Amino acid sequence: MIKEKDLLGLRNISTDEIDEILRNAVPMKDIIMRDIKKVPTLRGKSMATLFFENSTRTKSSFEIAAKYLSADCTNLAVSTSSVQKGETLIDTAITLEVMGIELFVMRHGASGAPHFLGRNTKARIINAGDGMNEHPTQGLLDMYTMKDKKGDLGNLTVTILGDVAHSRVARSNIWGLVKYGTKVRVVAPETLIPVELQRMGVEVYTDVDKALKGADVVNVLRLQKERQSSGLLPSLVEYNKFWGLTSKRVELLKDDAIIMHPGPMNRGVEIMPDVYEHPRCVVDEQVTNGVAVRMALLFMMLGGKSGDDIN
Amino acid sequence: MILIKGGHVVDPKNKIDGIMDILVEGETINKIDKNIETKSEYEVVDATNLMVFPGLIDMHVHLREPGFEHKETIQTGLAAAAKGGFTTVACMPNTKPAIDDRTIVESIERKTRGAKVNLKIIGAATKNIDTDQLTEMGDMKEAGIVAISNDGKPVKNAYITRRVLEYAKQFDLILIEHCEDESMANGGFIHEGYYSTILGLKGIPREAEDLIVARDIALVKMTGGKVHIAHISSKNSVDLVREAKKQGLNVTAEVTPQHLVLTDAAVESFDTSTKINPPLRSEEDRQALVEGLIDGTIDMIATDHAPHARWEKEVEYAYAPFGAVGLETAVALINTKLVKTGLITYSQLVEKMANNPGTVFKLGGELKLGNYADITIFDPNKKWTVIPEEFYSMGRNTPFKGWELEGEVVHTIVKGEFAIKDGKVI
Ligand SMILES: [Zn+2]
Repeated sequence: MIKEKDLLGLRNISTDEIDEILRNAVPMKDIIMRDIKKVPTLRGKSMATLFFENSTRTKSSFEIAAKYLSADCTNLAVSTSSVQKGETLIDTAITLEVMGIELFVMRHGASGAPHFLGRNTKARIINAGDGMNEHPTQGLLDMYTMKDKKGDLGNLTVTILGDVAHSRVARSNIWGLVKYGTKVRVVAPETLIPVELQRMGVEVYTDVDKALKGADVVNVLRLQKERQSSGLLPSLVEYNKFWGLTSKRVELLKDDAIIMHPGPMNRGVEIMPDVYEHPRCVVDEQVTNGVAVRMALLFMMLGGKSGDDIN
Repeated sequence: MILIKGGHVVDPKNKIDGIMDILVEGETINKIDKNIETKSEYEVVDATNLMVFPGLIDMHVHLREPGFEHKETIQTGLAAAAKGGFTTVACMPNTKPAIDDRTIVESIERKTRGAKVNLKIIGAATKNIDTDQLTEMGDMKEAGIVAISNDGKPVKNAYITRRVLEYAKQFDLILIEHCEDESMANGGFIHEGYYSTILGLKGIPREAEDLIVARDIALVKMTGGKVHIAHISSKNSVDLVREAKKQGLNVTAEVTPQHLVLTDAAVESFDTSTKINPPLRSEEDRQALVEGLIDGTIDMIATDHAPHARWEKEVEYAYAPFGAVGLETAVALINTKLVKTGLITYSQLVEKMANNPGTVFKLGGELKLGNYADITIFDPNKKWTVIPEEFYSMGRNTPFKGWELEGEVVHTIVKGEFAIKDGKVI
């Protein structure tokens, strides 16, 4: 059961809740693997996606998850050219709420936007990424993938490589993993490491080789190209040279380590093309697991009861 | 004539701290003594169990007129001031148009006629705030301004600041500086620290403040001008001011109740009333501010009362304007969090909220025979809950909503007349 009305992040959620989500995602993944990928579980339930930032991947993942569970999903086309703010946001949500929408999946460029909307609507909210704050479903699918491939999270060393300062994926990964006692290392150029990051319970590195050595998992973050024009990096070439994940650097990991990336990738910047081809690169499975985890969440938050037969 | 009887009168500037009576005749204080005899023509105010302070002075309020009357007006702002026990407030010039010449100063003066609270005006240091052109400070001084400031922003650069200080010195005007190096702040909006890191909100490092404090101290040394550091928030800046004072430089400083009481942890709620500039800083900074207040590095408390309309603040955190209202909670917060906890005494409260702003800006702030009878009568034990909907201010943007506070202003007397009587605006 998700205790709070809204799923805003992995920081304020218990391991019991995370366990239950990950457990429910297992049969959901079975459904995805079937020939007929549709169950009537959420028939008659209504949800909407509210994406104030473009993200084809996350949005499609939620839409597909809703479809497989037979929920009705409305996609609200929000103009991305003009900044939507304040009462516009509340108005939009209230309008949909009175039309019967029970759950919003929300992506927004401002940290805290779903928290703000959550206080102003009775509908439930799943945060699909807010500013640089959190992206909890990405965190959950990453944890699902790690657990699936490597077992008990508490025994793992996970290296998060890249622009952690601007990454909501990194924050959700860190919050989720440290709850399980995972050893989390973070590595990036000093200019992309936010202050007091250690207090989140992670080890901080600038030397990529040291950070990768002996890790079970490397989760590579996408580098936004504009970082080089804002005084944070000299060039993408230099970034690739010192922090890019190359085949040579992959050898520093444990022999059976996995390589993850939330996508979409900048090949040749944070990750080299041949690393993507690596047999232990699991990015495609991450995408599938993303649908499974989102199905589990929709099931739990749209009225599916624990113990309900998902099939 | 008003006789204030049996109150605990506190005014360290005049070495008063005990049960005394005060007799007000017309606009002025006629007598301060033990057991002044009651006469039938006196209006007697029973101040038993109450504290009697020189009228409080707030050197930093935004009354939003002209230009932003949907946020606050002079009338509502002064009602809020009276309710907060302030008999004098000084308004910042970042209005629309900015208060940057004599005609605007005079138009505001006209609006304050008949007002129950003394409104003092701070003029802009440069034309239209953010420019290279000095304002006609001499002319504005004649029209009544008490200081200059570009608040909301610092004076543009080191060169212009130098010239502002040199020029203002001739008219004995203090520059009240909003210390924020904008290139260092780089669009941030909460303190750069643990909470900016975990919440993914853009930070303003304390060094953004330190850089301008250091710049201005160097320029005070160079020019012999006077700088007053507005809403100091960084522990390093407190050290810089302390050092400057040791050198005998003309540098003073103020701190807000919100920076003394709250830290950046309050931002965790994404409540936009915690979005203020300078931002709420770390616990370490907060402690340094309290220490600086106690040891005299920080001269005074000012509210930086910054009202906004509800619809402006009820938006995503990043899009909300900076500012919180403060007039109606200030003295109760200081009483609850600093006096009742034993960190400061009532004498220090009066120093920081009346004596010192009065002395630095030549605005009275003391209980002296023959002076205007500006008096605040305060019940130090009255408990109340902060309900923004009950404010006289139009601004409801307080980070203290729902807080239980101790201490309430019972009467505010300005020039011998009640602005607040029994807790209500007259
Ligand atoms: Zn300011």
